[in-house]
Parts: sequence; C-alpha cells; structure tokens
Amino acid sequence: MKPAPFDYHAPTTLAEALALLDEYGFDAKLLAGGQSLVPTMNFRLALPEILIDINHIADLAFVRNEDDGLHIGALTRHAELERSELVAEKAPLLAEAMPNVAHSQIRNRGTIGGSLAHADPAAELPAIMIALEARFRIQSQSDDRWIAASDFFVDLFTTELEAEEILTEIVIPPLPARTGCAFLELARRHGDFALVGAATRVTLDNLGACSEARIVLLSVGNTSVRAVLAEQSLQGKALTGQNIRDAALIASDQDIEPPADMHATEKYRRQLTKVLAERTLTKALERATSAP
Amino acid sequence: MATRYFGEPIKRNEDPRLLKGEALFVDDVHLPEMLHAAFLRSDYAHARLKGIDVSAALEHEGVVAVYTADDLGDYWQPGPLLVPPPPVERLTFHQRTQVPLAKDKLRHVGEPIAVVVATSRYIAEDALQDIELDVEPLTPVVGLESALESDAALVHDGLDSNLAAHVIQEKGDYAAIRAKAEVLIKRQFVYDHGAAAAMENRGVVADWDSKAQQLKIWDTTQAPIPIRNGLAAMLGLSESQVQVIAPFLGGGFGPKIMMFYPEEVVVPWIAKQLGRPVKWIEDRQENFFATTHERSQIHDSEIALSKDGRILGVSDTFLHDTGAYAPYGLTVPINSQCTLLGPYDVPHYYSEFKAVFTNTVIVTPYRGAGRQHGVFVMERLLDIAAKELAIDRVEIRKRNYLKPDQFPHNHEIIYQDFAPLIYDSGNYLPALERAAEMIDYDNFIKTEQPQLMKQGKCVGLGIVSYVEGTGIGPYEGARVKVDASGKINVATGVGTQGQGHFTSFAQIVAEQLGVDIEHIRVVTGDTSEFGWGCGTFASRGAVVAGNAIHAAAVRVRKKVLKHASEHLEAAEEDLVLEGGKAFVKDVPTKSVSLGELAQMSNPLRGAVKPGSEPGLEATDYFGPERGATASGVHAMIVEIDPETMMLEIKKYIVVHDCGKVINPMILEGQIQGGVAQGIGNAFYEELVYDDDGQLTNASFMDYLIPTANDVPTVESDHVETPSPLNPLGVKGAGEAGAIPVGPLFAQAIEDALSGFNLEILKIPVSPGKLFELLQESGDGAQ
Ligand SMILES: Cc1cc2nc3c(=O)[nH]c(=O)nc-3n(C[C@H](O)[C@H](O)[C@H](O)COP(=O)(O)OP(=O)(O)OC[C@H]3O[C@@H](n4cnc5c(N)ncnc54)[C@H](O)[C@@H]3O)c2cc1C
Repeated sequence: MKPAPFDYHAPTTLAEALALLDEYGFDAKLLAGGQSLVPTMNFRLALPEILIDINHIADLAFVRNEDDGLHIGALTRHAELERSELVAEKAPLLAEAMPNVAHSQIRNRGTIGGSLAHADPAAELPAIMIALEARFRIQSQSDDRWIAASDFFVDLFTTELEAEEILTEIVIPPLPARTGCAFLELARRHGDFALVGAATRVTLDNLGACSEARIVLLSVGNTSVRAVLAEQSLQGKALTGQNIRDAALIASDQDIEPPADMHATEKYRRQLTKVLAERTLTKALERATSAP
Repeated sequence: MATRYFGEPIKRNEDPRLLKGEALFVDDVHLPEMLHAAFLRSDYAHARLKGIDVSAALEHEGVVAVYTADDLGDYWQPGPLLVPPPPVERLTFHQRTQVPLAKDKLRHVGEPIAVVVATSRYIAEDALQDIELDVEPLTPVVGLESALESDAALVHDGLDSNLAAHVIQEKGDYAAIRAKAEVLIKRQFVYDHGAAAAMENRGVVADWDSKAQQLKIWDTTQAPIPIRNGLAAMLGLSESQVQVIAPFLGGGFGPKIMMFYPEEVVVPWIAKQLGRPVKWIEDRQENFFATTHERSQIHDSEIALSKDGRILGVSDTFLHDTGAYAPYGLTVPINSQCTLLGPYDVPHYYSEFKAVFTNTVIVTPYRGAGRQHGVFVMERLLDIAAKELAIDRVEIRKRNYLKPDQFPHNHEIIYQDFAPLIYDSGNYLPALERAAEMIDYDNFIKTEQPQLMKQGKCVGLGIVSYVEGTGIGPYEGARVKVDASGKINVATGVGTQGQGHFTSFAQIVAEQLGVDIEHIRVVTGDTSEFGWGCGTFASRGAVVAGNAIHAAAVRVRKKVLKHASEHLEAAEEDLVLEGGKAFVKDVPTKSVSLGELAQMSNPLRGAVKPGSEPGLEATDYFGPERGATASGVHAMIVEIDPETMMLEIKKYIVVHDCGKVINPMILEGQIQGGVAQGIGNAFYEELVYDDDGQLTNASFMDYLIPTANDVPTVESDHVETPSPLNPLGVKGAGEAGAIPVGPLFAQAIEDALSGFNLEILKIPVSPGKLFELLQESGDGAQ
C-alpha cells in the first residue's frame, strides 16, 4: 500500500497551478484534501506521474456572501462548511448534510472542490449542489467558465472537468421565498458513504401548493440522480401525505435504477429511497410552510 | 492479610507510556542499514505455479535481493502443526500446514510467492510489479458444501477429497432419547465469524549480529517463546542465540498466536543471509489476506425436549471451513463442539463435524475461537423451543441450567486442551437473575414493550447465556525479584497485546509484597527476560501466568519475611509487609525496607550462611490440570425502524462470572472491547468471497468494523464463583464479551419484529439482510 513514484509540485498561486496543469495535462493530478486521491494512489489504482498540491494556494479557501449567493472557494474544508454560520444561514441544506460527510478527521482535510471533482455517486455534496442549483467556476490557463451543477456530473467519477482545468469556486444562489429543504441519509455506520440519501427542496406558491419540488438522490445510480417524474408529480399540487407518498413511490419505482452491492440489494435501495423521499419531502414541506 | 491491591480498580500502569507515544511497537524499531521486505502474493485462489521470473525486479535501483521458494533450499519446509488433534477415538485428521513461499501451487488469494528486499518499502513494492509469473488457473474451491462433492477440485493434490478432518464425539445415546422426546426441533444454522482486524497489523524485524552470533527478532506475536524455539531449530541455532521480543502490540485477538507465518519464518532467514537487519510491516490490505481469519460453519442441529422444556438431548452435525491449510489443528471446531453445551444440563449429545479445505485464507482462532458458533446453535434452539412450547425464554434457560451441586460437571467429551470437558465450578442462576433485573425484564415485557409497540415502535429484548472454557494449560512461569532500590521486577513469558498485564500482574505481586504497583516493573514477551512458557491465548494470561506470578511472589514473600525476621529479631508471624517495608505489627518504627533486605541478601564482602541463595528472587511455574470455565449472561434492548430495518441498541447488559476479579476496571475494558467485536461479528462484519475465491471487501471501506459511534456503553456486573483449580481462584475473561452477541441480536431482533414471521438462523445479519428475510417470508417492510 505504497504509491508508485511521482513528482511533486506545490504551487502557491492559482496561475502557477494552471501553468503546471497546462504543461502536464493527463499525467498530472491535483491534490486537495487527499482523502479520496491518496487511498487510490496507495492501492496503485491511481498512478499519476505528477502531483500538483493545491493546498498552498491560500485564496482558494473562502466562504463569503454576495448578492448573487453564497460563494465558496474550492479548497474550503468540509469542517469549515460544517461550522460556518454563514453556511447555516444561507444554505441550511448544505449545513444539514455536512455532518454526514465522512468522519470528523476526514472532514478536517477533505475539500468541497475535491469532493465535487471526485464525483462519487454516494457523496453528499454533488446531490446538495444539484438540489440548490449551484454553479461552478472552472478555470484553465486559456479559459474561465461557469457551469451549472446539474450539467457538471457526467458519469461515475466523471465530470465536465478537462485535464488542464481546476474547479475554483462554487456559488449557491439564494433560496426563493416559501422554500424548505431537507437532507437525510442512511448508512451502515455513522460516517460511511450512504446506502441511500435524499436532498429535497420544496417551494410553495401563494395558495400553499407546490410550485417546484427537487428530489436529488445519492447512491442509487452512476451520479446523483434527480427523481424527475416524482418532482413532476408534485408540481402544482397540494402536498398532502398521500401526494407525498405517491411521489416517493414514483421516485423509488420509476426514477432510479439502483445498483446492488454487498451492503444493499436493488430492492432494498428502492425501499430506502421511498422512505427517505417521503421523510425529506415531509420535512421540507414543514420548513417551506414556516419559511418567509 | 488485608486485600489492598488484588481486586481493586487500579488505573493501568502502562497507559501513560501508551498515551504519550513512548511505548515501543515493532514498527518503531529502526536499525542502521535496515532493509525492507515486501511480499508478492497470489492474485489467484487456486492455480498451478509453473514459473517465476524475478530478473526485472532485481534490476530496480535499491533492490538488494529477491527470493522465491527455490532460493530457500532446505529451509523451505511446511510450517509446524501447532496443535495436534486431541485424543478423540472417532477422529480423522489430514495434516496440511502453510508453506513459507508457494511452490508449484497457489492455494489462496494472498499466499506469498516471492519476497523483494530493498532499501525502502516503496522500492520493494515497485519491484514487486516487475515479477513475472507463469500461472495456470485451477477451479477454486470456495463453498463448504460444494467442496465435499465428489467432483470438487482438490486444494491438496495428495488427498482424495477436501476433507481436512472428521470428528465424532458423543455423550449418552441421543438416538434412543430422541425416540422418547415429546418435542423435537430441527434447524440449519449458519454462523460466520470474521477477521480480527487488530489495530496494529503484523510485523517482524530481524537483526543478525554475526560477530556475537546472535539473532534478535521483534515480532508481533502473542507467543514469543514458541517462536524463538521454533526459529532456532529451523535456523540451526541454539535457543540461547535467538532472542524474540514481542513489544507492545496493538491487539492480538488470536491470529497473532505462534503461527510461524511465512513472513515470520522468512524475514529472520533473510536477515541472516544478508547480514543486515530486515523489516517487514504488514499493511492493512495484506492483513485481510495474509493474516488468518475465522469464518463459517454450517450446522444441522436438533434438540429433543420434554413438554416442560427440559433438554433431553442435542444432535449437531456441522461443516467447518478451515481455509487452505490447518496449522492450528482442530481448536476452532472442537471449541464449537464443546461450547455448544453451554451452561446447560444436556444428558445426551451427538456431535459430528467435518473440517473442509477451501481456497481461502487459513482459519485459526480469533477471540471466541469457534465458541460463538456453538453458542449460537444452542441459544437459538432454546429460543425456538421456548416459542414452540410457549415457555418464557428466561424460564427455559433456568430450567436447564446446571445446578451448583452438579459441579465439577463432566460433559464426557474431550476439550481443546485434550482434557475431558469438565466444568470446574459455576453458579449460573444469579447471573441470569441479575441481568434480568438490570434490563428490567419483567417490566419491559409486560408494560413497556406493549406500550411502545402500540405506538408503532418495534422494540425487542434479547437475553442469552454462555460459558467460556478459559485458562488452559500446559503451563506458564514467572520470576519475581526485589531490586536493591526496593523496586520489584517481574518477568513472564507470555506476550501482551493490550490486556493490562502490566497492572493486573503487578497487583498480584503487590498483594504479596506490599509494594505499590508503580514500583513494580512487569516484563512480558521478551525471551531474554524469561525463557519458559507458551503464550497469550484462550483467555489464559491471568489464570496461568497470573498464578505462576502469584506462586513466585509467595516464595519471595517467604524470603522477605525470613530475612526481615532475622534482621528485626521478630517472629515472621508478627511482621507486616506494607509500603515497601517490613515492620513489626503495631511497632511501625521497627522496620526495614525491602530494598535494604535485598542488599543484605546479596553482600559484597563477608560470609553467607551455608546453603543460602543470594537475593530476594524466586521463579515458579503454574500448570492447571485443565481449564477453568467462566460464564455469563448478555441482555440487550434494540429498536428497529420497521421501514428501513435500521437498528439502534438502547441498552446493553453483561453479567459475568470469571471467578475472582483481579482488577474490575480492566475486566470492564475487556468486556466492553469484546462486546464491540461481538457486535461487529453479529451485525457489521462479513468476509465476502465470490465464486472465484476473491475476497471482495478487503478494506475497511466495505469490511465494516463498528466504530465508537456504533457501540453502546455496556453496563456490567459480576458474580464471583472462584475456580478451585488455581490458588487465585480466577478464570479467564478475555473472550467473554465477544461470544454470545450473535444469538443475542437474533433473539432481540425477532422480538422487536414479532409482528412479522421471522426466524434468524444466520449470523451476521444486517439491515439489508433483514429486509430480504422479510421479503422472503412474505411480510416485507411497509
Ligand atoms: C473513510 C472515508 C470516508 C468517507 N466518507 C465520505 C462520505 O460519507 N461522503 C463523502 O461525500 N465523502 C466521503 N469521503 C471522501 C471525502 O469526502 C473526500 O474529502 C472527498 O471525496 C475528496 O476531497 P479531497 O479534498 O480530499 O480531494 P482529493 O482526494 O485531494 O482529490 C479527489 C479528486 O479530485 C481532484 N481535485 C481535487 N480538488 C480539485 C479541484 N479544485 N479542481 C479539480 N479537481 C480537483 C483530485 O485531482 C482527485 O482526482 C470519505 C473518505 C474517506 C477516506
């Protein structure tokens, strides 16, 4: 469990890091918190020839509020997001999910950018970003572009990021009025990747009916999965217990093709999806009802 | 004598060193010129090994040597059979033990094939990737039942089947009593136990000093003396030329016993070949393949009862997975066979097992060592019987307990220590009653549970019993010595892996010599300090080494009293030993320190009395005629989410009887840790092999060890039924926490889900498996 040989660079500015990426492209890997990359290197599943450590780029780590939403630097540690009062106020769904991301030791090192770039379908942060309609800033030496979270995740451990690009910043827009969110997940042990998780967001119209629902599920496909049919089934409807239960059933039966592994069969994942969809929708509704 | 040390919850002597990082572990050994070894391991479960080409690996800069089986020459020998089969009449045993490096055939994933020695572990691992193998894959033997089919591939070519052993033990006449039984209950049970996964993996450092002709080995072993003796013989050295040190170990739990693992055998040989120190530290991934496991048994069992729930007899036939080799003989299945009887009066017993070779990691004892499997069968049979007969589950156990006047109780079969299975002492009812009281059994069943169930909550209670054969022979020894400084040195041969020996052993000595335990230095596991003994396993440290230390301390006490009485001119009976001094009762000013006495007994000038021995020192040994049987009861309340099958432990009780308690705080730690491992076994951990013999979850990401978040605080209490087989009256306590957790989960879960038609016959269980079980039974989670 020792990594294969590699060259190591530790740039202190983004420009330097981008230049290195431009030079080495596919042969290089960025090292953020290392909580996903280092284990795969130790198993020799990842064999980068060049490691570009971005931990010394100070201005990649920040949390600040601006008019267009909450801005988070890609190098911000999970622990920082977990403890940030600004996050709790502006993006309570993110704050609610953070304690579920791994264990506290890992949250001290792991970064939001690393988690999003790694794109594990069982990770919480991609689902949260899709539920909150976040946008990601992606930079390379020749380009600086923004992409919607829902377009970023392509497949298992695969994103829109090119080899010479760095994810630098995340923006979470403010929530619309009368909106409530909820996150729940089930794992074998506290801190494990979820067997199934659900990030849900509900917006009510003036009459109290659902004007928009978002249900984003984790660990049930190759990426975080939006339960589109279930969302549609709630559009314009009063969120009665029955409607929520029906939507949860649609989510678990029609919206997903969950994988089976040694911890959960496909059927069990569908069952957990149904339960979590129902529970998060119910909670999100409660919160939307009392929201300004 | 006033008891001031023995039985007190004294804080552990060793903890400051451990907490400050000042304790030596094998990986802390750094020597000049030291080389690092890495092993090439089989990716195949079963294959013919036709050729190895190491030439490219040798070309790596920093690689010093590469060895394969052929390079070992005559040193290449199958490992020793560590425990021969016990003297049971109806017994067949086919001896096959592991080899240092595979030759001709690969028999499990992870079996070592070659070793690279380099200036760093990194380079050694780089070079491993350049070793070329010519391999012809063979059909892997994986399932226990299919392994015995006539067309199964053979793990060992020289045998006509994969049968490793076949044993029948019998008491009374089960067939005859069966014909008369009013109730018969028959089930198939599967019990799977996993990897010990000690926090510290294994490791060996060997250093050959050619000028002194001395070999020094640091080894993560529970049994340094047998390792020294074995390696000395294999290497053609005298035992006095080899020193084996088992320093602090981060957990042993059985697999670090005197295994003569390939790495343990090969690394010292390499150090001698190269004349340079060599280190090998097992990594976590290797630990899953290279360190022994415990695994599954399939039991076909039947219990015969009278209508009032009295056990007439039990019949049990099982298959035991022994993995690719069986170096530890039959200890695990014999433990299952014997421990099944539990605290119960079972007049007729038929027990038969077949141990089976498979292309999987070797099976040897892991905390509980097969006892879990047997206890699961018996406790489940009783639960099912209780349901069928509409007898309360506590009541059916009470009715069948051995009574205090039935001890010593002879079960008329042979135990793992080759002695008849005779329980030395026991008093089971008080522990059961105390556990029922602590878990508030009556109130829970009659009031609390029905109320909560009405609110839609699924809550359930489990309560189970077990015994634990502990403290088996053959013997241990110890030397106790008073230094001129007044400090006491104690040396014993067993290794220590976190059990608190430095404190509990010190308490035994303190009790005799009246010296505070911080002045008592205990040395364990260094063959140069004490060279006779066996090792730490089978919950025997406190019983066997503890009593040897006691015996030596008693002899030193006698010497102290004799010298003090001469010096103080007082009768021995009038002397008190306290605070490091001997003084005349009621005249504390008339005193002499133990240090002064030690100096006087070792004079530099003048004459000593004829026949006198220098110093205040004694060595003594203890060997029990057979093991001491500890016992206990675990009880638990769980709540299950009926929609998700997620389970929460609300309360966990252990009432335990290990005879006289040396240190209740250390005992509590042992129980708490054992329960944690038991919970892992029952509800989290499972070694999942696929049909190709690949272990599919060889990392802590998928092999789920419960963490502190997942383990409740255990409330414990004790009953003390002293063992008559040793002067201290102690019994072992090392494995008790881990043994009955499987059946406890099964019973509590069935109780919580009593609205469903559910029978749990397999361990481990998990939320996902519960969901599947309910699907199968047609009930389904809503
Ligand atoms: C035991 C354990 C349990 C865990 N449990 C969970 C869990 O429950 N939920 C969960 O979500 N995660 C979990 N994780 C993963 C953890 O959250 C990681 O922190 C996260 O996945 C990766 O973040 P990192 O900063 O460590 O990234 P790294 O490991 O450093 O990098 C991961 C990948 O992202 C790339 N990368 C990193 N930063 C950038 C960037 N700014 N731009 C472009 N590419 C980048 C790297 O090149 C690499 O390919 C667990 C990890 C461990 C070890």
